[in-house]
Amino acid sequence: MAAPAEKQNTTEARIAALDLPKGGWSDAARTEALTRLRVMGLPERRDEYWKFTRPDALTSVDVPTAAVLGTKEAPVFSEMDALRIVFNDGVFDAEASDDLAMAHVQISRLADSSSDIHWAAGLYGQLEANGQAPVARPLATLNTAFATDGVLIQVVGQAPKPISLVYNHLNKASEAILHHVIKLDPGAKLTVLEAGPAAARLNKVMEIDVADGAAFHHVRAQGRDHERCAATHIFARLGQESVFKSFTLTANGRLTRNECVIELTGDDAIAHVAGACVGDGDFHHDDTVFVTHDALRCESRQVFKKVLRNGAIGVFQGKILVKAGAQKTDGYQISQSLLLDDDSQFLAKPELEIYADDVVCSHGSTSGAIDEEALFYLRSRGVPAPTATNLLTLAFLAEAVEEIEDENLRAALVDQLEGWLERHRS
Amino acid sequence: MDNVVDDVMVKEGVDQETVDAVREVGGAYKYGWETEIEMEYAPKGLNTDIVKLISDKNEEPEWMLEWRLAAYERWLQKKEPKWAMVDYPEIDFQDQYYYARPKSMEVKPKSLDEVDPKLLETYAKLGIPLKEQMLLAGVEGAEETTGAPRKVAVDAVFDSVSVGTTFKDELAKAGVIFCSISEAIKDHPELVKKYLGSVVPVSDNYYATLNSAVFSDGSFVYVPPGVRCPMELSTYFRINAENTGQFERTLIIADKGSYVSYLEGCTAPQRDIAQLHAAVVEIIIEEDAEVKYSTVQNWYPGDENGKGGIYNFVTKRADCRGDRAKVMWTQVETGSAVTWKYPSCILRGDDSQGEFYSIAIANNMQQADTGTKMIHLGKNTKSRIVSKGISAGKAQNTYRGLVSMHPKAKSSRNYTQCDSLLIGDKCGAHTVPYIEVKNNSSRVEHEATTSKVDDDQMFYCRSRGMDEEEAVALVVNGFCKDVLQALPMEFAMEAQQLVAISLEGSVG
Repeated sequence: MAAPAEKQNTTEARIAALDLPKGGWSDAARTEALTRLRVMGLPERRDEYWKFTRPDALTSVDVPTAAVLGTKEAPVFSEMDALRIVFNDGVFDAEASDDLAMAHVQISRLADSSSDIHWAAGLYGQLEANGQAPVARPLATLNTAFATDGVLIQVVGQAPKPISLVYNHLNKASEAILHHVIKLDPGAKLTVLEAGPAAARLNKVMEIDVADGAAFHHVRAQGRDHERCAATHIFARLGQESVFKSFTLTANGRLTRNECVIELTGDDAIAHVAGACVGDGDFHHDDTVFVTHDALRCESRQVFKKVLRNGAIGVFQGKILVKAGAQKTDGYQISQSLLLDDDSQFLAKPELEIYADDVVCSHGSTSGAIDEEALFYLRSRGVPAPTATNLLTLAFLAEAVEEIEDENLRAALVDQLEGWLERHRS
Repeated sequence: MDNVVDDVMVKEGVDQETVDAVREVGGAYKYGWETEIEMEYAPKGLNTDIVKLISDKNEEPEWMLEWRLAAYERWLQKKEPKWAMVDYPEIDFQDQYYYARPKSMEVKPKSLDEVDPKLLETYAKLGIPLKEQMLLAGVEGAEETTGAPRKVAVDAVFDSVSVGTTFKDELAKAGVIFCSISEAIKDHPELVKKYLGSVVPVSDNYYATLNSAVFSDGSFVYVPPGVRCPMELSTYFRINAENTGQFERTLIIADKGSYVSYLEGCTAPQRDIAQLHAAVVEIIIEEDAEVKYSTVQNWYPGDENGKGGIYNFVTKRADCRGDRAKVMWTQVETGSAVTWKYPSCILRGDDSQGEFYSIAIANNMQQADTGTKMIHLGKNTKSRIVSKGISAGKAQNTYRGLVSMHPKAKSSRNYTQCDSLLIGDKCGAHTVPYIEVKNNSSRVEHEATTSKVDDDQMFYCRSRGMDEEEAVALVVNGFCKDVLQALPMEFAMEAQQLVAISLEGSVG
């Protein structure tokens, strides 16, 4: 069914303002995505899936400008031993990036269309297309059609060190459309780090195919720029006994919509998605997660925590879908918000859809202020109120942060959180 | 009727008693018989003439007809909602009768003695004798411990008309008005005008708008200030005619400081063709008043292949207008082929309270999409939602709910617990809660794990030597029983069987 006229107009206007990259192995997938996009149309407020988040700033022809955060401090993960790949406003920076060669890993770029990359041709836009049912994710389809760059990573064994994607934001009216494809062969292991706001407006898709017995770890920090907008999508497919773990830290940002679509297709696979966000003032953060269990004995966890103040808005839409036959599924989902004042809001839709009887699925969602009794206790021990509040806030975020397995990465993000709380003391 | 539950391997941890209870409920439908009686129908289909005819049959004043016609105009512009997780063939709204009444009801009987014996027999057979001197038949616990017979006033609705209302005089002595809505429109127009459509506006949703245009009868209750209604009130809805939709309208007003407990039961004959039931219930609760509304919904669910059954599209809403007003919805949903029902609470008054307790059992091909909305507007408002959904056979059972804390609803509380149990691997259980919190002094908790039962109760059970699992089971089952025992048992003996249900082995 075609989209309504108004939606079609918005969509066509946006398409007209973009150039469809041509020439190379991704052409077919891009043309196909463009056709799909025209049928579904870009999201609008009336769409049920955008009930809590206004998509206008993500779909408009003009990029909403965002001031560049001037800071001298070293970006997160810069101390880590990793293979660095740098994008400035979505444009690859060869000079700032490391050499793309690493043992057991093949790295190429989407923008480099000269070579015919067979494995990527079979994946690019495929996981994204699979992730369009039962709910449409048109911004991801737009990305598949119009992405200007990204990395294509094939991992055949254990990667000796993480790949660190650094996204600098330099121009206040910049837009980045990045699309990464990552393929882990059976038994392969890789950690990907992402850091930075990327542009005034970012549209990013990451497709990850995790084969049997492979493990993928992902930790990202979305920068600290206050006015930037971002729509990101992760599409992951998990094979037998594979592991997928992703954590996102979001501090600041006018509008963020992070979607994560995971399909557990092999038995005994494990998927954990977690996120912590802290927002003060003009901040709207939306975590939308959709986990599909389509195999036996898989485990999934969704852990999302939000700290909100001065009218900040936190959104969580999470779903666990257990297909018929996906017996012995263990699904867990928790979404919690800590509202530091009366103007902030938490909007949530934690959903379950279950078609198998021998499963354990639970979800919880809570919202409230800081625990007065705990605060009182700390103050009675001589801890000043603002410090006590920060301590309790960190404790609240801990369950999500602890989802990061690597101690150093975890410590790096806790530093970021502490710094933020220090700067945003009440 | 074959029962799918029989062939099912039950997963470990699911209590056998529960499976048996669900099997009982999903067994042969006991109320599927039909009363052979001469009926009078309005012509098939829906148009302004039909709306006028219904108004005319009820001898309504002009303002009521205008209200209906305006609703009809709005309905023509509305679209049927499609967001619920239910799937049914397109309904042809022109292929229905919108009005059907027994010929013998043409001249309204002056007292119950004059009612057609066939109608009285029908209700007697359902266990609802319409005679004040008789106790409700075969009911355990009808006599309370004091030994005095427990009185329940009944308004009996048969297809499109109210057959009669018992204990009217005794209630009138206490100042309570309990009659059919058609009588109320004639006898108490000022009350009806003031409150009708004030909780569920005419254009609220597709089915409510339809109901506003074509409702034929239903019950009306007014409890004056400070009055504790001397007995329980109830309405029994019976659909009998074929191809006929039932559109009842219930309006309950609990004035300041009053109290009333109201019960509702419903059954229908077993037929191959699905029938439509679109009711609207509005409850107004003023300062310090309290209303308990209990439903045992046992419409014909269709056969094991999904043939026939009632499409139950119902809008129920309570408005706690005054401070400290309180409402409690309790529902036991075992019938209907398709259920679309969200009894809701608007907590407008400060310190007002809303509670929703639901046990929904879907078997064979049944589909239920049900839940509640708790709209917190006033300060210090409290709500509690406890929903137990059980799916068996090829049924789909969805909990859909909204908890909304408005910016001004400071220091409010919500606690939600939704448990689902699947019996067999061909059915589905779904949870779709919406949570909107717009102030930070309110606490909202949505839990879906059985381990989160009350800590004090757990501690007590543990201190008596129970292991954790036993303690949880006891507390959860104890709760289920509480709900069911609070329910008046007059209308459905099934509810008693439900006491055996345990939510052990449930999923969120």
